[in-house]
Amino acid sequence: MTSRVGVVTFPGSLDDKDAARAIRIAGGLAVPLWHADADLHSVDAIVLPGGFSYGDYLRCGAIAKFAPVMEKLVDAANGGMPILGICNGFQILTESHLLPGALTRNDHLHFICRDQKLRIENNTSAWTGDFEIGQEILIPLKNGEGGYVADEKTLDELEAEGRVIARYLDLNPNGSRRDIAGITNARGNVVGIMPHPEHAVEKLTGPTTDGLGFFTSLLKSLVNDGAISV
Amino acid sequence: MSIDTVTAASATPDTAQPFAELGLKADEYQSIREILDRRPTSSELAMYSVMWSEHCSYKSSKVHLRQFGDKVPKNDSMLVGIGENAGVVDIGHGWAVTFKVESHNHPSYVEPYQGAATGIGGIVRDIISMGARPVAVMDPLRFGDPENPDTRRVLTGIVSGIGGYGNCLGLPNIGGEIVFDPSYQGNPLVNALCVGTMKHKDIHLAKASGIGNAVILYGARTGGDGIGGVSILASETFDADGPAKRPSVQVGDPFMEKLLIECTLEVLHAGLVEGIQDLGGAGISCATSELASNGEGGMHVWLDRVLLRDSTLSPEEILMSESQERMCAVVEPGKIDAFMAVCQKWDVEAVVIGEVNNSGRLTVQWHGQEIVNVPPRSVAHDGPVYERPFARPDWMDIRQASGPESLARPTTAAQVRQTWLTMTGTPNLASKSWVTSQFDRYVMGNTVLAQPEDSGMIRVDEATGLGVAISTDCNARFAALDPYKGAQLAFAESYRNVAVTGAAPLAVTNCLNFGSPEDPAVMWQFEQAVTGLADACLEMGTPVTGGNVSFYNQTGDVAIHPTPVIGVLGVIDDVERRTPMAWKKDGELIYLLGTTRDELAGSEWAHAIHKHLGGLPPVLDLSAERTLAEILVAGSRDGFFSAAHDVSDGGIAQTLIEMAMRSGIGARVAVPAELDAFVFLWSESATRAVVAVSPNRNDEFLAMCAAKSFPVTEIGVVDSSSSSVELNGVFGETISLNIEELRSISEATLPRLFG
Repeated sequence: MTSRVGVVTFPGSLDDKDAARAIRIAGGLAVPLWHADADLHSVDAIVLPGGFSYGDYLRCGAIAKFAPVMEKLVDAANGGMPILGICNGFQILTESHLLPGALTRNDHLHFICRDQKLRIENNTSAWTGDFEIGQEILIPLKNGEGGYVADEKTLDELEAEGRVIARYLDLNPNGSRRDIAGITNARGNVVGIMPHPEHAVEKLTGPTTDGLGFFTSLLKSLVNDGAISV
Repeated sequence: MSIDTVTAASATPDTAQPFAELGLKADEYQSIREILDRRPTSSELAMYSVMWSEHCSYKSSKVHLRQFGDKVPKNDSMLVGIGENAGVVDIGHGWAVTFKVESHNHPSYVEPYQGAATGIGGIVRDIISMGARPVAVMDPLRFGDPENPDTRRVLTGIVSGIGGYGNCLGLPNIGGEIVFDPSYQGNPLVNALCVGTMKHKDIHLAKASGIGNAVILYGARTGGDGIGGVSILASETFDADGPAKRPSVQVGDPFMEKLLIECTLEVLHAGLVEGIQDLGGAGISCATSELASNGEGGMHVWLDRVLLRDSTLSPEEILMSESQERMCAVVEPGKIDAFMAVCQKWDVEAVVIGEVNNSGRLTVQWHGQEIVNVPPRSVAHDGPVYERPFARPDWMDIRQASGPESLARPTTAAQVRQTWLTMTGTPNLASKSWVTSQFDRYVMGNTVLAQPEDSGMIRVDEATGLGVAISTDCNARFAALDPYKGAQLAFAESYRNVAVTGAAPLAVTNCLNFGSPEDPAVMWQFEQAVTGLADACLEMGTPVTGGNVSFYNQTGDVAIHPTPVIGVLGVIDDVERRTPMAWKKDGELIYLLGTTRDELAGSEWAHAIHKHLGGLPPVLDLSAERTLAEILVAGSRDGFFSAAHDVSDGGIAQTLIEMAMRSGIGARVAVPAELDAFVFLWSESATRAVVAVSPNRNDEFLAMCAAKSFPVTEIGVVDSSSSSVELNGVFGETISLNIEELRSISEATLPRLFG
């Protein structure tokens, strides 16, 4: 049976179709989830895509956390369901307190879109098993508020527990503390990442296909965890 | 506050009206009185004044623009032509594409951020009102002297506005232009292009058909923004305390626009809509009068039903408001509930404001009183048409006579090298990545090529790989030297840029930016440019599908260079076969296609090094341009090329280093024996491209060029072991330019000026 991976569309979500395409290319079944829907439609995992949910006029992700679908998503995440928040999705995960810290305005104050080199720091999460520790990947980054911040104690904890998923290499594009590009929760099922793996899944349209690893990792972890019967 | 009704207007024929303050001429006002057989009400006067403005009525340009309709090439791909919100062309497999470019020049100078943002918003609504999903945007931009402090204000605001709006809307920004010239100091040009795709069956038009059908206004609420001249009328008539200070630049809400896109496409695809129109310039006046004149001919509007952001707005202001993110749909009564349900799903407010009838009149009611009763065509289509005088100005002789022949040229290898490094960093040739990295080019996942490639390319159909490529171009200095040739050269460059990537040019759009039409010299430039473009399109078989005219781009007596920005759209059967610009494979042979002449008039070299503008622009042979495109498209299809790049601004010197900087791969090049090194490097002769050809396809490639009798010269070889561009035969010496050094020069300019 094919894994069912939900992709939530909030008003203002932009990369939802891209996330669905990435899931499809990786071999999963993408299931559209609507922000106003309190039913998760029996999905095995969920992607919160990039974009500007509700326009992000208050604070990125601050309104999205009150969407009906989020109540069920938070319960599912706490129950161990794999969740990946990309860009705005990462912002929503920190606003929802599924991940620590916050994403703030880029230190140079400009929106930035570039092909960003990353170093993978964790390959035990539900979304990174297909990578090697220390592997360098190149995927698009595009954000206006991507600076990862947390207090020193939290940052130390993230480092000590191996919960930094990936770090920026060569250039820190937004002023993130300790070059952090993505993190996971203690259980390893919830991952937030600022750059966009879903934009690097086809040679034709992406700088590489390095992003595909996040989605193939997920599908393998679902099989290994027995969430899916093969 | 009293309301000026139709009854009152009939009863008080002698009431003085502020038509002049609203921009109407005395004879235009008199025409309105004759059409109505009475004086207009203040609401009617407001409607006519905006709809008969230059911006909405094209009254100065109409007589010339007819050429685009008269000189239509035989082309089976045109599905919807000029006159609709945007033209539509067939690209095969049941797919159609619509694209259009529009200006937002004046608002962007007054308030750069909002001006540029709402420019994107407006063109995107034009595309969705055809039934298409917008899939990409591009921004041809022109600014004044980069060293002038005001340019910083204008540029940074415009770039932030484009990014702030476009990124939030979820449309990839795939190209455009950034050009600096002092002629744009007080008149920056902010043109915005949008392209959309749809299946043939989804094409929709702006017409109010079906008697009894409801007219629904949906989207953002109507506010007091963008009212402009109407505040004069409102204050004259209703407010003794002086004119109301309404902002005349609109304010954009990209989030609402995103909802509007999704909501509109959902109601269209569900078959809930008979006719649809976006609200842009002239707001409700424009939408209702155009819908009514294109349909059954009559419409009644209850204006007091319009949802407002500001409850104090007068009916005249509501009719004229240019509040953004609004659309108007014509819906059968039985489908209203379903339409409203979709709006509710997307949290978009909607209200029935009118009804289609066959009265032949557009009537508007305000709390039970009739305030408008006009023939809709007289507002929307039958505005004044001017045959403005035009004449070739005498100074053209002086300008064309003072060519670049006397300008000092580099004569040693060391001077050539220094000139090359200097040219690499000029604001016009330098890397634009400081700007374009502020725009999202990845969203939607179908961007195959984006800036700095020759054209932007979008995959339309994932199943077949069918795609489109688009480029916009204009060297306005060429148009200043000869507007007829300049428009043709702009078209040729755009056509070539599309072909270079492997796409076959199919259709044309334009944004014609000029000074005041009341100046016969400007009007002559305009007439020449339109004629040049129409003639070229006829000869090349690429129809003009739509466009936009922006006049009055001048400060005092000083007009901008005539700037006919030309957009060409091409089709590629399989985007996998695209040709990018970067050198990729070691040992590939580098060829120059085309003929290089001593043509430096209007070139970037003359502009950047000598601040010189004079002479005659490069010669253009359109049939050669077509042959070059055939070679480029066939070579891409047959897999001859690993790289191809157009030769234009900055000449071959710029083409070579751009191909190297894009991939970091070097090359060894030699100046052809028959050419002077300087002319080889910086001439801007038209109809040329540089290609890299695999050695084992070399014979086939050369045979193709020979069969088409097209000039081709081997000039070098790609050298992946080298980190330099090496040029032999420079006044007897070899010069070498390190790619990293070039890149650091190229990438430093814009951050230094604007970062």
